[in-house]
Amino acid sequence: MMKTAKLALTNLRTGSPQTLGAIRLVPICRDRAPGDLRIRLRDLVPAPAIVSLDGAPGEPGLKYVSYVPHGLVVAHTKDGAQASFGTTLGEERGARGRCVNLLHRMVKREDDVREGATSTARFRLLPLHLAMEGFLAHHFGGPDIAWSEYSQHAIRRGLDPRAESSVRGRSLPGFEAALRVFEMHPTQVGVMIFVADALASVFVVSHPSDYRLLHRSVLEDFFGQLVYEYGLLYPETPPIETPLHEERIASISDLRAEVARARGEWEEYARLLADGLFRREVRVETVRSMAPFRLERFMPDFDPDEECHLGERIVRDDGTVEYMKTFRLSAAQVRRAHLLEQLARAGWNLGDAAARLRCTRDELVKRLDNAGFGYLLAPHVLRASGTAP
Amino acid sequence: MSAALDRVTREDWLMFVNACFACTGQREFYSDGHGQSVSIDFLHQYILGNYRRLYARALACGVNDFNASLILANLLETGKATPADHKAEEGALIARALETLPAHRAMHLLERLAKRRVNNRRTRAIIRQFLGSRPNPEHHAVKYRRSFRRAALHAHLRLEGEYATFFLRGANMRAYATPLFEAFRKAHYSASAIYELPFSIAEGLAQKHGVPRDTFLKRIEPNLTHTERLRLQSASHDSLGAAYALEPNKLPLTKLASYIVSRPDRAARRAELHDALWASARRAVRRSNARFGKVACVLDRSYSSSGSTEKRRRPLAVALAASYFLRAASAEYIPFWTHPTGDELLVDARGATDLATPILDALETEPDLLVIVSDGFDNDPPGIAGQVLQAACARLRVPPIVHINAVFDAESYAPKSLCRAVPTMGIRDAEELPTAILFARFARADVHLDEVLASLDARVRHFLRPPTKRAA
Repeated sequence: MMKTAKLALTNLRTGSPQTLGAIRLVPICRDRAPGDLRIRLRDLVPAPAIVSLDGAPGEPGLKYVSYVPHGLVVAHTKDGAQASFGTTLGEERGARGRCVNLLHRMVKREDDVREGATSTARFRLLPLHLAMEGFLAHHFGGPDIAWSEYSQHAIRRGLDPRAESSVRGRSLPGFEAALRVFEMHPTQVGVMIFVADALASVFVVSHPSDYRLLHRSVLEDFFGQLVYEYGLLYPETPPIETPLHEERIASISDLRAEVARARGEWEEYARLLADGLFRREVRVETVRSMAPFRLERFMPDFDPDEECHLGERIVRDDGTVEYMKTFRLSAAQVRRAHLLEQLARAGWNLGDAAARLRCTRDELVKRLDNAGFGYLLAPHVLRASGTAP
Repeated sequence: MSAALDRVTREDWLMFVNACFACTGQREFYSDGHGQSVSIDFLHQYILGNYRRLYARALACGVNDFNASLILANLLETGKATPADHKAEEGALIARALETLPAHRAMHLLERLAKRRVNNRRTRAIIRQFLGSRPNPEHHAVKYRRSFRRAALHAHLRLEGEYATFFLRGANMRAYATPLFEAFRKAHYSASAIYELPFSIAEGLAQKHGVPRDTFLKRIEPNLTHTERLRLQSASHDSLGAAYALEPNKLPLTKLASYIVSRPDRAARRAELHDALWASARRAVRRSNARFGKVACVLDRSYSSSGSTEKRRRPLAVALAASYFLRAASAEYIPFWTHPTGDELLVDARGATDLATPILDALETEPDLLVIVSDGFDNDPPGIAGQVLQAACARLRVPPIVHINAVFDAESYAPKSLCRAVPTMGIRDAEELPTAILFARFARADVHLDEVLASLDARVRHFLRPPTKRAA
């Protein structure tokens, strides 16, 4: 079920940024965390993972294959009581001693065997992979009308296999050092990560003590190619200062007011930098609802001229963001999604799609081939448009 | 022209002394050890090349041991460049500084001179004098056997008695007449003989004989130095069930503060630790003769004051020690921690650095002196503390303000400063706060170089006095 909405960090506030090299980290704080939703990390075996999207693990069916370093376990209660991880704290349920992690579904319920013993319900989710899977499955079925321009492969199997690449957080230049020297606020529950002042990711959890444990886990998350290149190209973020107006200062209380003003300006600045994520409407899909919370994943309209972030979040009924993780798509990824979307809107008719994109049919074929979708088209179409088969 | 030259000299000199108080070539929270040593090496070469006399005289200013041994090595290496009229003073400074260095640093310095093949007449004389004047030469020979031998050979020292055989053959002798050498020989063959040796030597031999750790710790106790006792507190607690008895009155203030902030059980031992720290602070104040009026102090306890793996919680320990020192030294004292703490003794490193709020709170109390103890990085919001200080100094009536920084910033060759209006002084131990506050005066633009040099003259005279007991 899809709906559109604008993202917002409801009931959260941002602090002043801390910068090291190319990385600027903006803390996100929550003044009151009721503790009825808690998140902790589950490390998986450092190996590729195969996630069965339908059917049981190890059986034929649709699979998502990726390097998945960790999962998150979300424990929540319905009645607002303190959520606990029960007696299984620290227990590993990952497949040990295998060279591949076999996982069942992106989001999987993990209740205690002694159901009813506690009011806490638990489920495991694969952070960002949940959103990424939604992105990859977008128009995954391929053409729904068997136009003769499409290859047999496209007609029979759709876009399968659909792949995208990303960069591990650890590879971002200076990211690890920036996380190490970052000074956490006592009420901090999240962080906005900027690389060369471009928003790379927003990460929010529900409770400050969960965040303290998860602070370094963003190193294992994946980031877009674009962010990685920015990190290489702009190793230093220029220092920014909010000057105090000396002429307004005649007493210590004036000075205090000026400091408060500067503080406000910093918040405004963080809001401005993150505008690309929060200004535009996104399509939201509810993955799981567990009143009073909803787990949703979202993606924007794929407009090549705009920043595109996809991600997932858990929101409370009153709109409070309890969990959020976003991923910035690189320009090539946005282009690919944009092409697929236009094709789908034109009923997969190449001529109509070309008209929508204001180009000729041959140009569209070339664009598809350049974007890596050549395998969808029949060889004669590629040849006719001058693209080598 | 001359005025400009004086100003440059004064600024260079202050930068160098500041760096020498704070830098230890070890990793800090924000920078790595390699960057630190590259930076401080460059600074030493620069001052040595341009202001040789001042460079040697830095030894009299209480620079830290790391920098003192670096200065000694550099001076001895380039002895030829000493102006003829400065030779006597430089030689005296070197000899005196070498004596005041802790034994292990001095021995390693001699070894380094040998490794770097610094072998001029003065170096040989200094080594001869140093090794010959040890109050307990056998102990030295056993504890620092390798360095001792290397330095002695290097300086063409004529070894008397059994030293030559001891260095040459070590444990492969039938017997020694010197009791300590004999113990050293025996300890190689019998586990029961190791307890007569210094702890660091006995420890290796205990390993060799497979002596259980708790037996070893119990029996070696009488041989421990005070620092070893402090270092082994938790080890002895784990294996013996009780920590070694410490005499807190023998511990200097900052070292004790370092120990306290490392203890997980400080809440339970609060009264005892507070008394020890307070007594130590009182003693340090008495020794320095420092008296202040109403003092407000802003103390940084943000996460960055947890230091690095090499200097664990060092900035926090300096802040805690400074707080106790100033409380003991002033008529009225008001501390402002960056995150308010109910009990100073239980302070830990956490949170972001908001210096602006405590600075404003401190200024509101209208003190006679404002001391800020911080690593110079503030990030909530970034850089605002410096602007607040700058604006306050420009627009309001403020007391003298000193920024004390225990952390060397490799990039700027100095402890990082907050703003131009407030002098930043590097510091080694909180006990040296009066020196830092005095030096901070020299950083003011209207102070003439002559005044700095006059004060330096006095320090050199004081330093070269006939040796009395060295201030701890």
